Amino acid sequence: MTDPLGWGGIIGQMMVQFAPTLTALIATFALSITYKRRLGLYGKLFDSTIGMIGLALVLFWVYTAFFAGVLDLIATHDPLDQSASMKKKLPGTPYSKLIGKADPEAGAYYILGGDNLGRDVFSRVIAGSIKVILIAPFATIFAFMVGVTLGLPAGYYGGKFDTVLSFIANLVMAFPVILLFYLLVTPEIVHTGIPVYMAAILFIFPVIFLTILWQSRYYTQPAKRNIYVGITLVIGLWLYLGIAWDADPLGLIRFPPNLLVVFVAVVFVNAPTVFRIVRGLVLDIKTRDYVAAAQTRGEGPWYIMLWEILPNARGPLLVDFCLRIGYTTILLGTLGFFGLGLESESADWGKMIIDGRKLLSANILHIAIPPALALLSLVLGLNFLADGLREESLRD
Amino acid sequence: MLLTALCLTLLVFYLTNLAPNLEKLAKTQGNFRMTDEEVTTYLANHGYAQPFLAKYGQWLGVLPGYVIIGHDGQTRAKCAPESGVIETAPRFCGILQGDWGQSSVIKKDVGTVIADKLALTGKLMFWVLVLMVPSALLIGVLAGMREGSRTDRTLSTISITTSATPEYVSGVLFIAVFASSAVGLKWFKGTATSAMDHATFENFFLPVLTIAAYGMGYIARMTRASMAEVMTSQYIRTARLKGVSFGNIVVKHALRNALIAPFTVIMLQFPWLLNGVVIVETLFNYKGFGWAMVLAASNNDIELLLGISVVSVIVVLLTQLISDIGYVYLNPRISVT
Amino acid sequence: MSKLKPYDGPILEIDQLSISFFTRLHDIPAVMDFSVDIQPGEAVGLVGESGCGKSTVALGVMQDLGVNGRIVGGAVRFKGQDLSQLSPEELRDIRGNEIAMIYQEPMASLNPAMRVGQQLSEVPMIHEGISQAQARQRALDVVRDVKLPDPERILRSYPHQLSGGQQQRIVIAMALMSKPALLILDEPTTALDVTVEAAVVELVKDLGKKYGTSMLFISHNLGLVLETCDRICVMYSGEAVETGSIKDVFDQMQHPYTQALFRSIPLPGADKNTRPLVAIPGNFPLPHERPTGCNFGPRCDHFAPGLCDQPGAIPMQTVKGFERHASRCLRMSDIDWNAPIATAVKTTACDPGKVVLKVDNLRKYYEVAANTLLGARGDKTLVKANECLSFEAHEGETLAIVGESGCGKSTFAKVLMGLETATNGQILLDGRNIEQTPINARDTQTVADIQMVFQNPFDTLNPSMTVGRQILRALEVFGHGTSHAQRHGEMMRLLDLVKLPREFATRMPRQLSGGQKQRVGIARAFAGGARIVVADEPVSALDVSVQAAVADLLMDIQQDQKTTLLFISHDLSIVRYLSDRMMVMYLGHVVELGSTAQVFAPPYHPYTEALLSAVPIADTHVKKKHIVLEGDVPSALTPPPGCPFQTRCPRKSDVPGDLCDTQLPPIRTMDNGHQIKCHLSDAILSRMDPVFKITPENR
Repeated sequence: MTDPLGWGGIIGQMMVQFAPTLTALIATFALSITYKRRLGLYGKLFDSTIGMIGLALVLFWVYTAFFAGVLDLIATHDPLDQSASMKKKLPGTPYSKLIGKADPEAGAYYILGGDNLGRDVFSRVIAGSIKVILIAPFATIFAFMVGVTLGLPAGYYGGKFDTVLSFIANLVMAFPVILLFYLLVTPEIVHTGIPVYMAAILFIFPVIFLTILWQSRYYTQPAKRNIYVGITLVIGLWLYLGIAWDADPLGLIRFPPNLLVVFVAVVFVNAPTVFRIVRGLVLDIKTRDYVAAAQTRGEGPWYIMLWEILPNARGPLLVDFCLRIGYTTILLGTLGFFGLGLESESADWGKMIIDGRKLLSANILHIAIPPALALLSLVLGLNFLADGLREESLRD
Repeated sequence: MLLTALCLTLLVFYLTNLAPNLEKLAKTQGNFRMTDEEVTTYLANHGYAQPFLAKYGQWLGVLPGYVIIGHDGQTRAKCAPESGVIETAPRFCGILQGDWGQSSVIKKDVGTVIADKLALTGKLMFWVLVLMVPSALLIGVLAGMREGSRTDRTLSTISITTSATPEYVSGVLFIAVFASSAVGLKWFKGTATSAMDHATFENFFLPVLTIAAYGMGYIARMTRASMAEVMTSQYIRTARLKGVSFGNIVVKHALRNALIAPFTVIMLQFPWLLNGVVIVETLFNYKGFGWAMVLAASNNDIELLLGISVVSVIVVLLTQLISDIGYVYLNPRISVT
Repeated sequence: MSKLKPYDGPILEIDQLSISFFTRLHDIPAVMDFSVDIQPGEAVGLVGESGCGKSTVALGVMQDLGVNGRIVGGAVRFKGQDLSQLSPEELRDIRGNEIAMIYQEPMASLNPAMRVGQQLSEVPMIHEGISQAQARQRALDVVRDVKLPDPERILRSYPHQLSGGQQQRIVIAMALMSKPALLILDEPTTALDVTVEAAVVELVKDLGKKYGTSMLFISHNLGLVLETCDRICVMYSGEAVETGSIKDVFDQMQHPYTQALFRSIPLPGADKNTRPLVAIPGNFPLPHERPTGCNFGPRCDHFAPGLCDQPGAIPMQTVKGFERHASRCLRMSDIDWNAPIATAVKTTACDPGKVVLKVDNLRKYYEVAANTLLGARGDKTLVKANECLSFEAHEGETLAIVGESGCGKSTFAKVLMGLETATNGQILLDGRNIEQTPINARDTQTVADIQMVFQNPFDTLNPSMTVGRQILRALEVFGHGTSHAQRHGEMMRLLDLVKLPREFATRMPRQLSGGQKQRVGIARAFAGGARIVVADEPVSALDVSVQAAVADLLMDIQQDQKTTLLFISHDLSIVRYLSDRMMVMYLGHVVELGSTAQVFAPPYHPYTEALLSAVPIADTHVKKKHIVLEGDVPSALTPPPGCPFQTRCPRKSDVPGDLCDTQLPPIRTMDNGHQIKCHLSDAILSRMDPVFKITPENR
């Protein structure tokens, strides 16, 4: 029987576990700072303290999720493995198992202690990061695709189309988010298939978006156009069938229906805000002379929207993208907090926080605090990153 | 605005009246071992099997309430409580007539439930606004007044941090630090249940702070951005070169212009604050509006859920209206006539 | 009211002032060794191109350089007192009280959320501590002084309720509230229309005399300085290069830059064929890329290697025989300042060919919701943007369309391009109607035939695409060539055509200067071999020295390709220089149409006459008739009945009865197709004097 770790030992153990992440982080920073003058906006980020802190925090979790998810490093235990003797044990308690055999490859300690079911808090936090890093950026990208594809024409054409879309966007935005989640992300709703239909609508947007993108750019060169559009349609529709309809003809792509609901709900909540931002930017940019020049050249409206207007809106959109990933992370946490859309066991930061909350009054802090700090640091990092990006892109 | 409210309630009505939800309702109200057939009978007896739009119309009060002679021979009417006399019941009984229906979880009239809960949440929100708005504006103005200064950097970092901390994180941290004996401060109470009857600083400050902190950061950032922009504008330079002192420039020339943008933001914060309320009320066990919403939603208490949606949508729309009016008042460039 | 001791001597002495801006990357010297004196009651003009540091001098005088700017040498003395030694409180006493400033953008310099009256009365309340009522009375007096109608109403208004000209008058009034000793005017009329500009300049001159104020007048417009100032100081790249009285500098310039500047602006007498403008070669140096030695050296015709490029500052030297005339040129005494212009290449005018474009009775009306806030239902007003436009344009001809903002010239361009469709009338391109065909319905050839060059160089190119790709795209759309290589070759040829280096193909627009961007815009317009090019103020946003080069380029390509050029402009000097025929528009109507010579000579339409007299001309030998128009251009939403110009027409009283108030004048054809839309009798028209008189003196 080994002795419990002291605070120094706990930190030391964590450093050992995080070694791959930290190495990758230091390497990235060393390389980036060396070549920062040649790296454009990304390089300029290293002139801003806030931006660097933000990037470090974000990369920390990205690398952690990568090493833990792909290479199976960092985490010390199976996040779902329970050990009756480890229930509510303090950080640094040596690992033991009352019933069954201990996994010989598992770590010697519960670095951050055990939760109310005797699972390793540290490994659960790490497992939670994989989920967040996987879902939040992709959900945000999809929300952007939807918001951009609808916001561009709404701002560019105006009129009835704009009025209707803006009305719908305001409708969704006036709806309390949690109520929406409660209505959408329940097993009963999954039964009716509504999320699948919504997914079917929302997920077709990226395919439409890319197809129009190539068509408008290369319609003068049909050969090139056919190649690009063809590739987009084949890959896009294949992914689309797999993700939205669970009907991949090759059977490779599947998306757990549970996760699909969460994904759809998050995209649905974010898209209207993106729509509003894009629409506002388009209203501003479309008065520029280069847009008029494209019009007098006889360019089609989609070429103008996608190739003349959109690239020039990238600055504010990039900043909003970072902020929105943070917001999505918060939303995912909220979902977990209310226990929506998850299997009851799975490691999720929001769920871990609410589970740990119940024990706070019993003075057991180590279950709720680590996931809370993890979520906080990631969101904070994204916000700092956005702030740094905004500051540096303005400085020109 | 009315249209928005109608659309939203229609949507909620649709989602709550989906077949699986009704089945669940029937089972919770009757018993869990009902057969499919029994479920169908139950739903038909209670008017749930009517066409969707008919149900919606009745709920609104534009269609006469149903009177159904059930398979069990009992006659039930929407407008008459279970045991009431059907003959004397009014024909219409929707929200337009002030009848919000019966909550199936709390077993009370939805109108009363909402009124109670709204009063509790109103108390919470009042203090949140009292704490949040002035401090957010102050932070924003102080930071934006001299862009790039040390004060600015410190205050900006603080406001970014608070706006990046969701309520369920800050709430947990606050409880851990200020309310648990593990850290040992024990300044405040970790639950606000007792604050429902009589709120004290000790039992009410943490929930208020938790909601306020999240919104505060965001408003402060908006105010800062707006203030910083105004301070670099030409008319501020005009004022400076007119010999106006710095204090007067900020108060007389910059403030009104700088508040135009954040004002709308404060008002649009309300849907978000409502979120915060739900989380914080759950977290601190304060049985207000948000808590009732969670209760209603997790039990598919259709009438209560609808009532809550209507009220929250109205609150949101009202704040939008106030923000439009205030915007016109603040910005002389837009006149009402 | 002055709180300083009485002082006789110069009001303002700027003595070897140097100002630098400190940024993360470089320290940028913005002003170097700058000296100028202003005597009581004197007006000094500060002239130079954008980026030469003239506004920095003004802010230096006000001690308001921001966080990054600092005075690194020299002194600014106001009534003998060094301003940099003053405490913030003492400085506040001087600002707005002793020294007042008037800015370029009146709308931006007034607080949008404060009533005009409050903004005005604030000044004496701060500086003299007088009561609100007294201050308001003073404000009323000053508003009356700046000739604004209905002062009471004006004081109650918010700035956005006033027109641009009225706003600028309020800014002037604000500056005069405390009867300052020195007035600094930073491009006060650049944002205004020509006729409004003339009235404002007139007002400033009068008030300067009335209040006995000294003035520092900052402008890029030499003509304006000639009209308003006693002395002038020419700046180039952070240095004063020449100072002296107006007459000395204008007639006996002693610095190559001043001379080059004068040769690059279109003065009366310049002509695109017989006496073309001489553009200054090269580009204005950026502050951190200044050459060693003389800053103007690399662009100077008189550059002497070994002398002008030696390190070390070049001092200002007094011109022999002229006490207050100085120049910063090492070769001042070597240069023959009266030598004729050598580099001018004469060309022959090409004869106009067949009619390419015919516009007949074109009308364009817009429906506008009367109230944008409540909008959507009910009241819609009709805006008549174009009324009965008729003209023809020939191959190889330059037709200028002249008018102030709101006259409908841009609307016409939109209809011609197909961005809008006409309400009525026709546009014939080679005899085919195109007025109802929106751009997306036009065939590629028609689109390629009519192209446009835009006004704002900073807006005309897509900031996130390389220069080459933007030209390539135009070639692709116009269906030029079959392969990428072919189009790439053509793109290079176009870059050659507009005299840009081929490396520019891979540059991003932000790496180009304004003039270079405008050249790319021209290359793009000619990518499809355009036969009609609409140039919407193509040079007005460029610096004077670059304007000539871009205008000449446009002319060269036009002559070469026999393009029809529709040149939209408000700048009559450049119009006179390069157009063959011109058309004057007012509130959607063509009021005068004819060859350039016809329009510039009597008989005039009264509006043309006023417009001509409003144009500042930088030539001391030209005497102008003086006509100042009252009021502003009426809104196109509520045009006056009868003749559109009747509300401001100085000759309205010459027409008998209420003809002008009730009836739209007919188009009258004078000799040789010269058309005038006016009620004036033939007798009055034929008695009109020319606006310009050139004193016969050789120069």
